[in-house]
Amino acid sequence: MRISLRATALVLSCTALALAACGEKTAGAVKKSDVPAFQGSTGQSAYVANGWQSGDRTAWEQQMRNRNQGQNEYVRAPAQP
Amino acid sequence: MARMKFICDAERCIECNGCVTACKAEHDVPWGVNRRRVVTLNDGLPGEKSVSVACMHCSDAPCMAVCPVDCFYRTDEGVVLHDKDVCIGCGYCSYACPFGAPQFPSNGTFGLRGKMDKCTFCAGGPEANGSPAEFEKYGRNRLSEGKLPACAEMCSTKALLGGDGDVVADIFRNRVLVRGKGSEVWGWGTAYGKPSTGGQPQAKPEGKKS
Repeated sequence: MRISLRATALVLSCTALALAACGEKTAGAVKKSDVPAFQGSTGQSAYVANGWQSGDRTAWEQQMRNRNQGQNEYVRAPAQP
Repeated sequence: MARMKFICDAERCIECNGCVTACKAEHDVPWGVNRRRVVTLNDGLPGEKSVSVACMHCSDAPCMAVCPVDCFYRTDEGVVLHDKDVCIGCGYCSYACPFGAPQFPSNGTFGLRGKMDKCTFCAGGPEANGSPAEFEKYGRNRLSEGKLPACAEMCSTKALLGGDGDVVADIFRNRVLVRGKGSEVWGWGTAYGKPSTGGQPQAKPEGKKS
C-alpha cells in the first residue's frame, strides 16, 4: 500500500513537471505593425517638408509626385531644341 | 499611387559614391555596413559602366520568401522593410537576394554577426515614424517627412532615380528619348518583372537587360 502511494505520488509529480512546459510563453518576438508614411512623423517638425498635411493620403501622394520632379532635370532646365 | 522604385541610369553614373555617402550620413550607418554601394564593370577600360546598387524593394522579394522568422513586410507603397526585433540574423536573406542588399554588422571581439540591416527606401521601420527608437534601428524616415530617399535626391548627375514607379519611369523614358541611347535598366527585370499578385508583370520601361 505504501509503495503504491509512493508510486502514485511519483507519477503525479512527474506529470506535473512534464506539463509545466505547456504554460511556457513563446520566446519569439511578434512582428509589429507599421504606421503608414502619409500619417506623418512624430519627430521634429523642422525636418518635415512643406506643401502637404500629415494624415492626408492624397496630399502626401501629390507631395511625392511633386518632389519626384526635382529629379527630372528636363523640368529644371529644359533641353535646347 | 504606384509602387516606390529605384532606377539607376548606368549611362550617367560617374562612380562618385555620393549616394553611398548620403545614405551613410543620413542614417548613421555603422562601420562595415553599406546599405548602398556603387559597382563598376570593366573598371579602367574604355566603356566602363557604374551602377548604384541597394535593396530594390522587389515586387516578389526573395528575402521575404526565405526568412524563417517572417520578419519582412511590405508597406502600401511597396517598400520592403523588416522588423529587427524579430530578425535572428541567420543570413538566409543575404543568400537569396540577387542584389546583395542585406548587410550584417559585426559586433564584439569575435565578430559576432548582428541583425540584418538594409536600405529602407528612407521609410524607417515598424517603430513610430520619426521616433528615436526608429532612428536608432533603421535610420531616418524621410517618407513620413514628405521627402524621397536621400541617395536619389542628392545624386549629382541624377543617375539614380527613386520614387513613385510611374514618375521615375516617365523621367527615365524621356531622358532616353532625348539622348537617343542607353535604354538598359540594370536590375529592373529582376526586381520588378515578376507579378506581385498573380496578375500581369508590371510594365518594363525600355529595358533590355535584367
